[in-house]
Amino acid sequence: MRLKCPADFRIIRLPCTGKIDLIHMLRAFERGADGVYVVGCMEGDCHFSTGNFRARKRVEQVARLLDAVGVGGERVQMYNLSSGEGPLFAKYANEMDQRIRGLGPSPIREAIRKRKLAA
Amino acid sequence: MIIADKKPIQEIIDQVKNYERILVLGCNECVTVCEAGGKKEVEVLASVLRMHFLKEGQERKIHERTLERQCDHEYLEEIRDVVDQYDAVLSLACGVGVQFTAEKYLTTPVLPGVNTCFLGANEQRGMWTERCQACGECVLGKTAGICPISRCAKRIMNGPCGGSTKGKCEINAELDCAWQLIIDRLKALGRMEDYEIVAPIKDWSTERAGGPRKVVREDVQV
Repeated sequence: MRLKCPADFRIIRLPCTGKIDLIHMLRAFERGADGVYVVGCMEGDCHFSTGNFRARKRVEQVARLLDAVGVGGERVQMYNLSSGEGPLFAKYANEMDQRIRGLGPSPIREAIRKRKLAA
Repeated sequence: MIIADKKPIQEIIDQVKNYERILVLGCNECVTVCEAGGKKEVEVLASVLRMHFLKEGQERKIHERTLERQCDHEYLEEIRDVVDQYDAVLSLACGVGVQFTAEKYLTTPVLPGVNTCFLGANEQRGMWTERCQACGECVLGKTAGICPISRCAKRIMNGPCGGSTKGKCEINAELDCAWQLIIDRLKALGRMEDYEIVAPIKDWSTERAGGPRKVVREDVQV
């Protein structure tokens, strides 16, 4: 299965998406990430019952916080798929890549760059 | 415990925008349990504030710290050495913690980062409900363990009133009538004769009506 995936995203493995916290996603943005997406198991299929539902709620919370500070809530997204759906994983990666390219660099990344140039 | 709720981000930004060095100060007690002002919320708020000011091109130093409690001298002393490094402290403790911090560090502005709501219980995940108004003279022994002061909209001592319908209060169809709950529990306890006892007029001087209150316990003073 030689699927094409964008090369500019980094995978961070979690034991379950229920492990992710708001601060993990926010720190990524604080350090200049243009987008973050969380890929969990299918809803109803969580080995820990509600891990992916918790993750979805946290992603929504981060989206609201990013909207509140003008970074843009659309830069964060939750996806669900099963571990056997490689093509869907690639599709979501491409979808997110396209979305972020459409939005352009994160204003935080720009601000960090400007600060570095000024220093 | 004391229940607090988060303040809108914009309100917090407006409060701190004129300060360059800000300490976001959490509390490990009630506000941690009700997920409004503990270590996690401090991290999130500090991160959001840093991003906001970075995006606006404004240099800000925003640090995080969470104390065991903000309503005790010994824990508040832990920031004595560092508090002067900040132009303001944004306290995520309840109103008590904010005030105690402000009293202790007179020359540093201490700003509230949460709205303190009431004394309540964690009824279910993500839902807290009021259970006590700290009236200073507990009547729970007479009312089957259900408080008519905090749970009855009228705070009546001999209820229910005419607004009680099918166990619900007239002010809100979702709200249980406290006196219906009291009667139901008195029945369950086999104490319905207690319901016939007319409660005397309550002495409200021990409540807020008597002004700010104080408890002095000489037995534990050193």
